[in-house]
Amino acid sequence: MNTTIEDPPYLRVVDLKVRFDTDDGQVRAVEGVNFTVRKGQTLGIVGESGSGKSVTSLSIMGLHDARRTRISGEIHLGGRQLVGMPEPALRKLRGSDMAMIFQDPLSALHPYYTVGKQLVEAYQVHHPDASRAEARKRAVDMLGRVGIPQPDRRFSSYPHEFSGGMRQRVMIAMALMNDPALLIADEPTTALDVTVQAQILDLLEDLQREFNSAVILITHDMGVVAQVADDVLVMYAGRVIEYGTVEQVLREAHHPYTWGLLASIPSLHGDAEVDLKPIKGNPPSLINVPTGCAFHPRCAYALVPGACVDVVPDLLELSSRNGHKVACHLPESRRVRTYEEDIAHVGVAQ
Amino acid sequence: MTIPMAQELVPSQRQGQPLLQVRGLVKHFPIRQGSFGAKATVRAVDGVDFDVAVGETLGLVGESGCGKTTTGRMLVKLLDATAGSIVFEGRDITKASREEMRPLRQDLQIIFQDPYSSLNPRHTVGKIVAMPLVVNGIKPPGGLKAKVQDLLDLVGLNPEHYNRFPHEFSGGQRQRIGIARALALRPKLIVADEPVSALDVSIQAQVINLLRNLQKELDLAFVFIAHDLAVVRHFSQRIAVMYLGKIVEVGSREEIYERPSHPYTRALLSAVPDVAKLGAGRIRLTGDVPTPLDPPSGCRFRTRCWKAQPICATEEPALLPMAGGSVAACHFPETGALR
Ligand SMILES: Nc1ncnc2c1ncn2[C@@H]1O[C@H](COP(=O)(O)OP(=O)(O)OP(=O)(O)O)[C@@H](O)[C@H]1O
Ligand SMILES: Nc1ncnc2c1ncn2[C@@H]1O[C@H](COP(=O)(O)OP(=O)(O)O)[C@@H](O)[C@H]1O
Ligand code: SF4
Ligand code: SF4
Ligand SMILES: [Mg+2]
Ligand SMILES: [Mg+2]
Repeated sequence: MNTTIEDPPYLRVVDLKVRFDTDDGQVRAVEGVNFTVRKGQTLGIVGESGSGKSVTSLSIMGLHDARRTRISGEIHLGGRQLVGMPEPALRKLRGSDMAMIFQDPLSALHPYYTVGKQLVEAYQVHHPDASRAEARKRAVDMLGRVGIPQPDRRFSSYPHEFSGGMRQRVMIAMALMNDPALLIADEPTTALDVTVQAQILDLLEDLQREFNSAVILITHDMGVVAQVADDVLVMYAGRVIEYGTVEQVLREAHHPYTWGLLASIPSLHGDAEVDLKPIKGNPPSLINVPTGCAFHPRCAYALVPGACVDVVPDLLELSSRNGHKVACHLPESRRVRTYEEDIAHVGVAQ
Repeated sequence: MTIPMAQELVPSQRQGQPLLQVRGLVKHFPIRQGSFGAKATVRAVDGVDFDVAVGETLGLVGESGCGKTTTGRMLVKLLDATAGSIVFEGRDITKASREEMRPLRQDLQIIFQDPYSSLNPRHTVGKIVAMPLVVNGIKPPGGLKAKVQDLLDLVGLNPEHYNRFPHEFSGGQRQRIGIARALALRPKLIVADEPVSALDVSIQAQVINLLRNLQKELDLAFVFIAHDLAVVRHFSQRIAVMYLGKIVEVGSREEIYERPSHPYTRALLSAVPDVAKLGAGRIRLTGDVPTPLDPPSGCRFRTRCWKAQPICATEEPALLPMAGGSVAACHFPETGALR
């Protein structure tokens, strides 16, 4: 991990827990998550649907309905603690200190207003003294920066007049209107073709370099993570089960769930005749999380008597590798051996 | 319209009679546009040729809107072709009526992308899977229920779950129900339209392995539609790349993935983010796919192609054999043309 001592992390999440009260029972969506992101750094969060990725990011943004959500722990953004911060104070931070790009751009853009009007408003929230002309200039600039052709003309277009990829760019422009110090992108390219995805990922990388923002990229695509992230955090059933640099997590994975993901994904290279090794079963409901290691009903290696089924494994740093953390009861040497023997030649792991 | 007759160019042709033979297939949708309702034509599929051999998978890839689903739906006669021909086991089924199709229905099945909306929520799993048998008046020797339970078992579902409803199953399980239904009549060809796209990676791998095993066991042929190029590589022996209603390249797995000849194929492959991070220079296509209402003249890819020359705007390139082994339509192919 990037351990520059003089540069404290811009975002520090400590023991974050998020629970929802529903008619069916309490959903334990996030169960004690810890991570940090520095300026100029990209953290990738991966995991299957329902693992708590979006709930984590919405908690940072303070976008959960306070009446139905119980949030505990600490979220430090540039030194300010966000958990428990009143809504008006949060609103001042949203846009300028932190901004979010959603998977579905239509849900974030108002259908009845032109894209230009929405961009101008986003700017004026944080620049109340800016003139309309200034705000307009900024909006047209941003549209150009994210690669919208003829930004001057497209300023007056409505969201539905853009293609999916172009709408995603408009939303990125919107998120970047006020140079946010932290940018959270929740599956920003999942709905797009690979060609457009490649353009958007390049764009995000360029903009990050230019603005030196801290970035959290949520995705279920290990390839996307490999391309853009510095650090990776793997979530399962609301917990972090593996955390480290991209090289550590994608090339020397230590957790059986991470192995399962890697061995499930077909590769563009290597032997296409080798069968994938899927994880058996389905992800658990977060109302009824399995005891001990939540992954144990699906784990092919749940062999540690008394431990896997009964004791929640702590996320511990490996003795052999700086900063690489894993939550699993298997002995470290056993994990190294199993990875080499069972996983290293399957799917994208090869 | 010039439709290249690629008969001698399609590899599987050489290995005897193909199961499916598609020539010059066209689907145009007439629409009304704008506030005055002016007539226009969506050229969704605009002359495609391909073969599928017995027991083989042909992967169909390309960006959103290039005509993959439309092609697939014509193959199983959910849509009527505007022009061209579909020949199945030597019989031209392009204009076959419902009645004439009946015996062939058994051989041609489709699996849909969306495991949620493609199953009737008010029917039990048993009823859903039995439907094709009932509709076709087929009475299995051991009884309907036993047959359906065999099918559920075959796709890895618990036969005891015969009386459950779709909402009681997960996405991956629902996709298995769709597969069991498609298998009920023991088809020879299944058109699978993005069957794993909506699934999480671990469940996706379960379904891919299931399809691969079924193919081996039952000697099934597939037209496998997907936008994930790694998934297609894993499940297809041959691959056809589509762009704006046309096939721009067809070849074996090795030819397409290791030695692509069409610039578009190369660009698609290069855009896939990869854990193996090849480090090779990436090709970035700019802009979007043009509208199929008014496709570019000459080579349809020319508005995004970095190699385009004046001839590309005036002359449509024909599908020709390439040095890389595939068949591709390009005036300046990546691997050089044969001849
Ligand atoms: N009934 C219809 N009327 C008019 N246009 C249509 C109709 N059905 C499809 N189209 C158009 O035909 C083109 C091809 O559509 P098709 O659904 O075959 O694409 P696809 O390759 O399957 O795309 P995707 O990857 O998004 O599923 C698109 O431009 C689409 O908008
Ligand atoms: N507002 C809510 N009320 C109740 N449950 C919720 C709410 N939001 C999310 N959840 C549940 O929390 C879990 C994690 O969800 P989410 O973070 O959206 O997953 P993902 O990792 O796919 O982004 C899921 O089980 C989801 O159903
Ligand atoms: S703790 Fe046990 S069940 Fe959990 S991942 Fe490790 S071996 Fe598997
Ligand atoms: S024919 Fe011309 S425009 Fe078309 S792919 Fe080849 S080089 Fe590019
Ligand atoms: Mg999510
Ligand atoms: Mg489609």
